[in-house]
Amino acid sequence: MSAPDLTLRTVTDKISSIVLKRRTPAGWYLGFAVSFSLLMLLLYSVGHLMIRGVGIWGVTVPVGWGFDIINFVWWIGIGHAGTLISAILLLLRQEWRTSINRFAEAMTLFAVSCAAIYPVLHMGRPWLAYWMLPYPNTMGIWPQFRSPLVWDVFAVSTYATVSMMFWFVGLIPDLATLRDRSKHRATQIIYGILAMGWRGSAAHWHRYEVAYLLLAGLSTPLVLSVHTGVSFDFAMSVIPGWHATIFPPYFVAGAIYAGFAMVLLLAIPLRAVYGLEDFITLRHLQNMAKVMLATGLIVAYGYLMEIFFAWYSGNTFERFMVTNRIRGPYAVLWFALILCNVLAPQILWWRKARSSPALLFAVSIIVSIGMWLERFVIIVMSLHRDFLTSSWGMYYPTVWDWATFLGTIGLFLSLLFLFIRFLPMISIFEMRTILPEAEVKEAGHR
Amino acid sequence: MRTMGERVYGLIAEFREPGAVVAAARRAREAGYTRMDAYSPFPIEELAEALGWRTRGRLPRLVLVGGLAGAAAGYLLQYYASVIAYPVNVGGRPFHSWPSFIPIAFETGILFAALTAVLGMLALNGLPRPYHPVFNAPNFALATTDRFFLCIEAADSRFDLARTRQFLETLNPSEVSEIAY
Repeated sequence: MSAPDLTLRTVTDKISSIVLKRRTPAGWYLGFAVSFSLLMLLLYSVGHLMIRGVGIWGVTVPVGWGFDIINFVWWIGIGHAGTLISAILLLLRQEWRTSINRFAEAMTLFAVSCAAIYPVLHMGRPWLAYWMLPYPNTMGIWPQFRSPLVWDVFAVSTYATVSMMFWFVGLIPDLATLRDRSKHRATQIIYGILAMGWRGSAAHWHRYEVAYLLLAGLSTPLVLSVHTGVSFDFAMSVIPGWHATIFPPYFVAGAIYAGFAMVLLLAIPLRAVYGLEDFITLRHLQNMAKVMLATGLIVAYGYLMEIFFAWYSGNTFERFMVTNRIRGPYAVLWFALILCNVLAPQILWWRKARSSPALLFAVSIIVSIGMWLERFVIIVMSLHRDFLTSSWGMYYPTVWDWATFLGTIGLFLSLLFLFIRFLPMISIFEMRTILPEAEVKEAGHR
Repeated sequence: MRTMGERVYGLIAEFREPGAVVAAARRAREAGYTRMDAYSPFPIEELAEALGWRTRGRLPRLVLVGGLAGAAAGYLLQYYASVIAYPVNVGGRPFHSWPSFIPIAFETGILFAALTAVLGMLALNGLPRPYHPVFNAPNFALATTDRFFLCIEAADSRFDLARTRQFLETLNPSEVSEIAY
């Protein structure tokens, strides 16, 4: 919080007016139109997939996991930063999280929605997706609970549910604010229903805070478990380049890395367009840049250890996996990965670089691409040449792979545009608590 | 004691500063009032304390029970499916392979605990509750922006319309009003 003229009223006005009063900027319509077109592209490509089957994608033997799994892991990783900001930074009492937690949580929800589409489509017969769930059925069969793929079903659905609840619980007091401040009957009723009759009672706040803290405490191990579960999809197999104990921490760090890059990608334009520099200050951007730098270094360590393990194992196939990454047909992508994820973020060591929104934006784009490349390197480069030279092959994405990927970006952005238009993108009540005016000064007591 | 005619929910005093409502709540409690509640646009730790809620209440215990029940349910589900209903013999490995049942038991534990935290918080708070008499108080819409309120309810044994109003006036409120049901 920087400006001295911030009071309970001005903060409430400034954030709620974006939803209630201010004219929707022309850029919003433009952005939403583009995102919505991409969303239609998703519907089209999914429709085509339903009719023709997964043969329209580039996946085949030996590379059975292509863009679908790459994008699944990429999206779910992006989601993790939202939970990290809302839960872990809350437990660590990092007050600066307050300005960014709301839209970071929204980002989590939308990223998880995009992610969850992929494994379902990947099954080939998406209309039978409910077979993944354990329920007594006439076929007399049950899921294989020893498979990390089934663990993922539980991890991702729990993650989606808990993130949604966490986000909604955080929204309740702000929905009440919108209810009380809106002038139109219809919006009063809609926000009123959503606010569930919240009246700011001290008894309610007391319990609310307990529940919020408990949710933060529950989300923290949950978010770590989700990407650990995702990494088990790989680590529990015997494929060279996948079968490594470093995968869980290295995947979690990568998820946070990609997620913070995405939070910056969203925060930098949002604060500029909506004039929120008082709330999302340079300090916030700098802190996020530091988290990115730190997690980026952990990821770099992961890359180094992958190479070291391959050499130290003395295993021909593991060693070949590394040589193939550096000198094989996809080598250019591996070098691009190192450039994006290891070299480019080193510029964040300089305070000047961390203080420049434009530069942070650029680095965040590079990191997002880098994290996508990481999943390509891990998934495709390990599968395409494993144990038998006779079963080597190449993977080339088709136009439908790209269309589906662009389509999920459209879904993500469409949801995001709707969110910033209809809900407060910064938590109003949490901003109030950190104002000087909110300090309790009792005359003649203590 | 209730007045004749219209039923009164209570008397509400409005304050402009968080410190004032905390002091008022403390004074009201010292004066022996018990059935009261304060309203504020953000959580105020001191306010809960002034109103006499020092513990975290029942919720943490409920959440613990919810979490343990969820983990147990998840584990038993896997046990039932993998050992009783649909045992798959993989090279003679044990059907009850407990280490591989841990991740899902963990997830269902978290899921049930989180559900208990959210639904429990709402249930104990009596939400959703679209109508509440306190919404009738003048300026109450500002309780979600920058005003603070203390309401002494008519259900309080010491409540007396005239005397309680007099008492509330001594707490430097910007306004004291009567709320109808």
